[in-house]
Amino acid sequence: MSADHHAQHPTGITRWLFTTNHKDIGTLYLVFAFIMAIVGGTMSLVIRSELWQPGLQLVDPHFFNQMTTAHALVMIFGFAMPAFVGLANWMVPIMIGAPDMALPRMNNWSFWILPFAATLLILGLFMPGGGPAGGWTLYPPLSVQGGIGTDFTLLSIHMLGMSSILGSINIIATILNMRAPGMTLMKMPMFAWTWLITAFLLIAAMPVLAGAITMLITDRHFGTHFFDAAGGGDPVLFQHVFWFFGHPEVYILVLPAFGVFSQIIPTFARKPLFGYASMVYATASIALLSFIVWAHHMYTVGMPMAGELFFMYATMLIAVPTGVKIFNWVSTMWRGSMTFETPMLWSIGGVFTFAIGGFSGLMLAITPADFQYQDTYFVVAHFHYVIFGATIYGLFAAIYYWLPKWTGHLYSETLGKWHFWLTTIGFNLTFFPQHFLGLAGMPRRIPDYALQFTEFNQWSTVGAFLTISAQLIFFYIAIRAMNGGAKATDKVWEGADGLEWTLSSPPPYHSFAVAPKIK
Amino acid sequence: MSKKLIREFPGIVSRLILGAGLWLAAPAVFAEYGLNFPKPVTPVAHKILELHNMILLICVIIFVIVFGVMFYSIFAHRKSRGYKPAKFHDNATLEVVWTVIPFLILVSMAIPSTATLLEMSDTSKSDLTIKITAYQWKWKYDYPDQDVGFFSTLTTPRDQIENKAAKGEHYLLEVDNPIVVPVGKKVRFLVTANDVIHAWWVPQLGVKKDAIPGFINEFWIRADEAGTFRGQCAELCGKDHGFMPIVVSAVSQEDFTKWVAVQKGKAAAESAGSTKTWSKDELMEKGKKAYAATCAACHGPEGKGIPGVFPAIEGSKVASGPVEEHIKTVLHGRATGKFGAQMPAFAAQLSDADVAAIVTFERNALGNKAGDVVQPSQAKALRK
Repeated sequence: MSADHHAQHPTGITRWLFTTNHKDIGTLYLVFAFIMAIVGGTMSLVIRSELWQPGLQLVDPHFFNQMTTAHALVMIFGFAMPAFVGLANWMVPIMIGAPDMALPRMNNWSFWILPFAATLLILGLFMPGGGPAGGWTLYPPLSVQGGIGTDFTLLSIHMLGMSSILGSINIIATILNMRAPGMTLMKMPMFAWTWLITAFLLIAAMPVLAGAITMLITDRHFGTHFFDAAGGGDPVLFQHVFWFFGHPEVYILVLPAFGVFSQIIPTFARKPLFGYASMVYATASIALLSFIVWAHHMYTVGMPMAGELFFMYATMLIAVPTGVKIFNWVSTMWRGSMTFETPMLWSIGGVFTFAIGGFSGLMLAITPADFQYQDTYFVVAHFHYVIFGATIYGLFAAIYYWLPKWTGHLYSETLGKWHFWLTTIGFNLTFFPQHFLGLAGMPRRIPDYALQFTEFNQWSTVGAFLTISAQLIFFYIAIRAMNGGAKATDKVWEGADGLEWTLSSPPPYHSFAVAPKIK
Repeated sequence: MSKKLIREFPGIVSRLILGAGLWLAAPAVFAEYGLNFPKPVTPVAHKILELHNMILLICVIIFVIVFGVMFYSIFAHRKSRGYKPAKFHDNATLEVVWTVIPFLILVSMAIPSTATLLEMSDTSKSDLTIKITAYQWKWKYDYPDQDVGFFSTLTTPRDQIENKAAKGEHYLLEVDNPIVVPVGKKVRFLVTANDVIHAWWVPQLGVKKDAIPGFINEFWIRADEAGTFRGQCAELCGKDHGFMPIVVSAVSQEDFTKWVAVQKGKAAAESAGSTKTWSKDELMEKGKKAYAATCAACHGPEGKGIPGVFPAIEGSKVASGPVEEHIKTVLHGRATGKFGAQMPAFAAQLSDADVAAIVTFERNALGNKAGDVVQPSQAKALRK
């Protein structure tokens, strides 16, 4: 390909510092995300080790609270979001036939904000008094009590938010302006569609979070009383503003994973995606609904009856488009000619575990029942089934699906399947028993618990260690594929369809310098 | 979709429902293992359990049907069995069907949910009102009509928490002063907080309500049977969030009346203690207990605090400086700006005797040797 002649780029560290290439930046995002995953995973092991048995063994309650807070922030803002921005960087241009992202220099900046933001976040833990210990939701007045580590975190979230907004602008600009001739929006791959919608969610939601934490900073240091009842403020206001961001955030994390499932299932069912148009509409409906359901996180704050009912009905409604998506995936598989390579296993596993999280989400939507579930381990189980069960499964599905394309090397299917099955067993062992813990009455975010909760906590701890250990297989697979292995063909998978498979494996440094034509 | 699917569908579905039924029966067998809500003891808690069971059942049935179809497909439509892929990729009728049916199912869930919610929120015509105030990390209960009020704190010994002693049956779910309610009476609760947000939750009573500074939330219960019901704070409220349990004791009306009389006697004894003159030993003994109940949560059982978060009492300038400053700090709180948390005022929580005892204890123990003794009258003078 003639584009190869333009593939000169600096070598060594300057290649990565100054790169404006979407593939390099995609790689940077993914590497950064997995470094953060190691950090956040280690924190989860601290939490699960302390909860291995009743009594305080390893850490004091103050540090325990810092761990639950930091684990959530690192995993959401450091791992899940950057990982999917990395996938978008790598894949969106080559799936829509664009030569690069629309705004390459901004692309470089939106990545390089991240390491500094992450450093600030982690440094907070080493300040006097430690990091924030009031949960990732940062509810005041508790978050106003924290030490300087809390300020580190708030500033870090501002930076992470900036990075996300810049990344989203770039993705929207790329998708709306740089599609190959003939690729209408309704011919776009589902992954590009879900990212387009996600990017709009990010642009709408992140500034709201920035507003909330700015008010928190001024309450902490500049004598304002936005959230201080004694000064005429309203602590519940923060929760409304936070969850106006927080609920769309859930879909920010999960919609791109839905896009991944919608790419992979047709490939391995050797049959086109069932109900493409309804998938697009369902994704858009989920996104719109996500802005009118936020207060279902707050049923117990004492809202007026009209509020409780509105948010209950609106939240239940999300089950409809979500159901449509699941039915469409199952119908795509129906009467296909299926094979079960590692990406397909992660996709089917992801649809299955996501459905469990979706159903428990429906249960949580029911206001009277939520009075029992709220702030218990039932909620912890629910959101891990959604965020791990859909987002992280989708991430691994995507990586196994496109790794041969990225590296030009096939990975070991046997090891990939081991990784899938061990993670799936470990994950379910960790989080399924937590449903029962929550129903039986164990509150979340406690470092020590009553004796009747011991057994299920021990299952959960064993599961957590199994899950984390299984990721060593993944790191081995990924590093080996980067450094060699059997040559991958351009198409890689028999049933693969889409522009990315028309490029060589690995693709040239600059691809689609001449736009492809879409029939 | 294909005729074959339509032909096979009823058979598949009936087998799946049978399977779902067997799966659902299993939890009933293991009911003792805490797989579901603890036994409900109020009308609302019963309704919530029924609602929960109904929705869970519907969810499980749908789950089993949908994933039954998927797993059938995974089994039957695989390349290794030589299955050739079909070409269909759209069906408008089917899309409408699986949009409308879930919607109707949701409506059927929303109706009983709304009814239960309306019942829960009706706090009118109550027989008794109790006010709950949440503190870091204890509960205060006030019975305004009976003129009774007291704090309720964890009694599980430090040794059990630190694994130096065997853990008791109600580890972490035991308190010094349980809240007492009469059986069969509609009790209305008003709930608020003094510092940060907490949540008052007793699963068997079917109530969870946030306690928010500056807000008063309300809810009601009617215990159908006598007994002791245990719960915990459900909203992260800082370091000892896991250590502020709730114990509700539901008793007969006669026992409730007797209990009120005893509480009033205790209050009278406490106020008598505030006028007498105490010896140093008496103050140290009382102070040790009051310190453990009130101060140790932040300043630590040995007075060492947590660096950067809560100041130490050991070697503190307050505990060796002028005694008036020390008493004022306990009564009215203190904000130095050096620490994230500011010390709240304890004037409303502690009697004059408590304040005198705590100040005496802090000045003469925990590594401090100020040597002076503080009397309740001194605390009284600085109250204002």
